[in-house]
Amino acid sequence: MPESPEPQGPEPQGWRQLLRPTVSQLVVALLIGGLAFAITVQVNDEGTEDYSGVRGEELVELLKSLDVANERLSTQIDDLTTTRNGLLSSTRRSERAEQQAKERAEELAILAGTAGATGSGIEIVVNDPDEKTYAADLLDAIEELRDAGAEAIVINGVARVVAQTYFLDDEGQIRVGGRGIKRPYRIEAIGDSHDLAEAVSIRGGLTDRFANRGASASVTQKKKVTITALADVKDPEYARPTS
Amino acid sequence: MIPVIGLALGVIAGLVFQPTVPTNLQPYLPIAIVAALDAVIGALRALGERRFNDRVFVVSFISNVVIAAFMVYLGDQLGVGAQLSTGVVVVLGIRIFANAAAIRRRIFHA
Repeated sequence: MPESPEPQGPEPQGWRQLLRPTVSQLVVALLIGGLAFAITVQVNDEGTEDYSGVRGEELVELLKSLDVANERLSTQIDDLTTTRNGLLSSTRRSERAEQQAKERAEELAILAGTAGATGSGIEIVVNDPDEKTYAADLLDAIEELRDAGAEAIVINGVARVVAQTYFLDDEGQIRVGGRGIKRPYRIEAIGDSHDLAEAVSIRGGLTDRFANRGASASVTQKKKVTITALADVKDPEYARPTS
Repeated sequence: MIPVIGLALGVIAGLVFQPTVPTNLQPYLPIAIVAALDAVIGALRALGERRFNDRVFVVSFISNVVIAAFMVYLGDQLGVGAQLSTGVVVVLGIRIFANAAAIRRRIFHA
């Protein structure tokens, strides 16, 4: 380099001489400064995502790898979408099944007498001052109501009548499913109130039969009958479901 | 001491100005930096062995940078730019490692 006029001999130099500023020292400093500058610039430049300095073939490689990645991710998206749709539809299916099971359980609860019920129906009040009615008469009355489509029946507001309910004469009073009930009997039934009223007041029907016994039965159609009494349910000890 | 000041000034200048590398210089700058690093490491080794000559350093520095850039340029013209840059970097890397090993042996005797 022409910028080093100092007669730097070929004799070895030590660290100490580096502290003496000479022109060649300045040149070295300049070169090292330039190197540091270039490194800093380059490092800063690497941070920015700029492809203007990339060669054509590298760009092609980059594009190819991007394409492959893109394809792979698209396949993945398709797979995941399919999975998600499957899960969604199965969720919906199980929701529907749950809904149906719930409705069925509610219906069965009314049948089994484990849930209260409300709806249109009739109320029959049997006045029996001579105490001439027996369990069989009451059972007949219940059967007649069932025949007419009663869906839930309760006697005196306490004794829910379900499939297992039994009727028993017990020392002048009637036991319904283990509960003693007192006169006058008040039978409430939920169903089509008109049909039920027709069925009980038909000639030779329920009211006639009570009249023959010397009792009187009055029938009232009601828009809303609410039954809150529940049947005493005990788990079946011997019977098991077959399915 | 002055080269260290130059180093600091260079870093500061790069950080302050934050220039972007010109597009047609972009392929050459990294190679040139590696070549210059080789020269600097060689100089450090010579310094340690007490046979540092700043003329040699300046010449080797500039020739290293120019030759490295020229090889990359040539490779680009021949269509083997990527491979040739890799080759240059490998060779310079080997030289840097060799010089660093010499320095290490001298300092740590290991």
